[in-house]
Amino acid sequence: MPIRNEKGLKIWHRRTGRESLSHWVLWLIGVAIFGYCWQQISNTTTWFFVWDAPRIANDIWMRATPPKWSYIAQLGKPIWDTLNIATLGTIISLFLAVPVAFLAARNTTPSALFIRPIALLIIVSTRSINSLIWALLLIAIIGPGVFAGVIAIAIRSIGFCAKLLYEAIEEINETQVEAITATGASRWQVMAYGIVPQIMPAFAGIAVFRWDINIRESTVLGLVGAGGIGLQLSSSLNVLAWPQVSLILLVILAAVVISEWVSAKVRGAII
Amino acid sequence: MSDTSFDAAARIGQPWKKPPFVQRRWLRLLLIGGFLAYLVAAYMTIDVNWSRVYEGLERGKKFVLAFMAPDFTTRSTDIWEGMIESIVMTVASSVVGIAISIPIALGAARNVAPLPVYLICRSIIAISRALQEIIVAILLVAIFGFGPLAGFLTLSFATIGFLSKLLAEDIESMDKVQAEAIKASGARWTQWINYGVQPQVMPRLIGLSIYRIDINFRESAILGLVGAGGIGATLNTAFDRYEYDTAAAILLVIILIVMALEYLSGVVRARVQ
Repeated sequence: MPIRNEKGLKIWHRRTGRESLSHWVLWLIGVAIFGYCWQQISNTTTWFFVWDAPRIANDIWMRATPPKWSYIAQLGKPIWDTLNIATLGTIISLFLAVPVAFLAARNTTPSALFIRPIALLIIVSTRSINSLIWALLLIAIIGPGVFAGVIAIAIRSIGFCAKLLYEAIEEINETQVEAITATGASRWQVMAYGIVPQIMPAFAGIAVFRWDINIRESTVLGLVGAGGIGLQLSSSLNVLAWPQVSLILLVILAAVVISEWVSAKVRGAII
Repeated sequence: MSDTSFDAAARIGQPWKKPPFVQRRWLRLLLIGGFLAYLVAAYMTIDVNWSRVYEGLERGKKFVLAFMAPDFTTRSTDIWEGMIESIVMTVASSVVGIAISIPIALGAARNVAPLPVYLICRSIIAISRALQEIIVAILLVAIFGFGPLAGFLTLSFATIGFLSKLLAEDIESMDKVQAEAIKASGARWTQWINYGVQPQVMPRLIGLSIYRIDINFRESAILGLVGAGGIGATLNTAFDRYEYDTAAAILLVIILIVMALEYLSGVVRARVQ
């Protein structure tokens, strides 16, 4: 405990002199980095536009209200597409994520040296690339439309689902697995009766959680041409039809809120 | 199990069967049937142009091969500048976002804040969480003009919703006894927060902050698609020109940075806990 003698008084300090010095140096470096970053942003900013921002924001607000309610008739199909992209994408990704998770979990992988790193690489690379980038890529390959959106969402979700699932597999109770093994069960029977029942609740929870996230993500996939309500958003933005934009934003907001509510309800029922 | 009609005599000698999740048979069948019907309906609405897909496979092959030979050199200045811009946006927005979310988290914790403050902070969090980053970016680009400032503001705004919510939950579930001990010693409100609350939530705050930096970097990679700065613009151009080797190089850099951040966060979290 660092106690320093100051004018005859013994005073307790939280850190020793050396510790507080290194703290200060770290903070200084942090502040310097932030200052540099801020300068970089500031240099590339047209400050005239920023000072003008309140007027422009007000202007956009005036144009956007009230929302063009009659446009809602044309949003039925896009929102249905968005729902399908999220749901089908989640289902496909779960089919792909389950084997990846089993290969990545330390206690079920066939080879910790060769196969596990590959599975982990799949998890990291699918997770670190945003679904919009996957969509861009898939549109270049298979053309624009809902199909590209479904595949983009599916690929993007593999890493997320597989990561959470393999963590759940690593946390299972080994005694149950041993009990099944002791009855003379084969590898697959151990899997089916010892491991799978233990991770089923986690699996269901992950599926619903990811579906909820995917609804959010699929609402904007249309911005790059991958179907769904984002397509309407980008075409309305392109023609500066602000009353339509505000209506679409309201619809997206409603979809997000409803999906969150549904997922909370379903997860409450499962877990 | 809520199986009331347990008949031991009838069960003996029969193989055990897992009780179904939904007990009522008609409801179970209805749910399964409804789900299958939805799947079919959903599948029907996706019209896949298989000949287009077949043509695209060639390009897909090219893209996969591009990962074997990524091209860092031809557009190295674009990649470099875009990456720096993404990192700059990530750092600045994380710092500002975290700094703003701490007071909001305090305001959104029911055991620290009075009801009116609580309601205001909770609604800020709800708005920030409900709006997608890319949508916020579109609006901010329209208002503030193209460039990284819009991206920086977007990421800061998104950070507030994420961090404040999780931090507020952590503050709400903290150990009251320690905080009360500080209060009993006659501490002021700020001292109470500083010595009673802060030490308890600090490890969680650091862990969440690093996770959020990771997310902010990933998001900063796409904000360029709508003109809000960062590597996304370069990536978009590369895809538009079918320069898959450049796109592959950018994606590899993104993956590497995310992996490094993930590793770093593991190290830091292990140290603070």
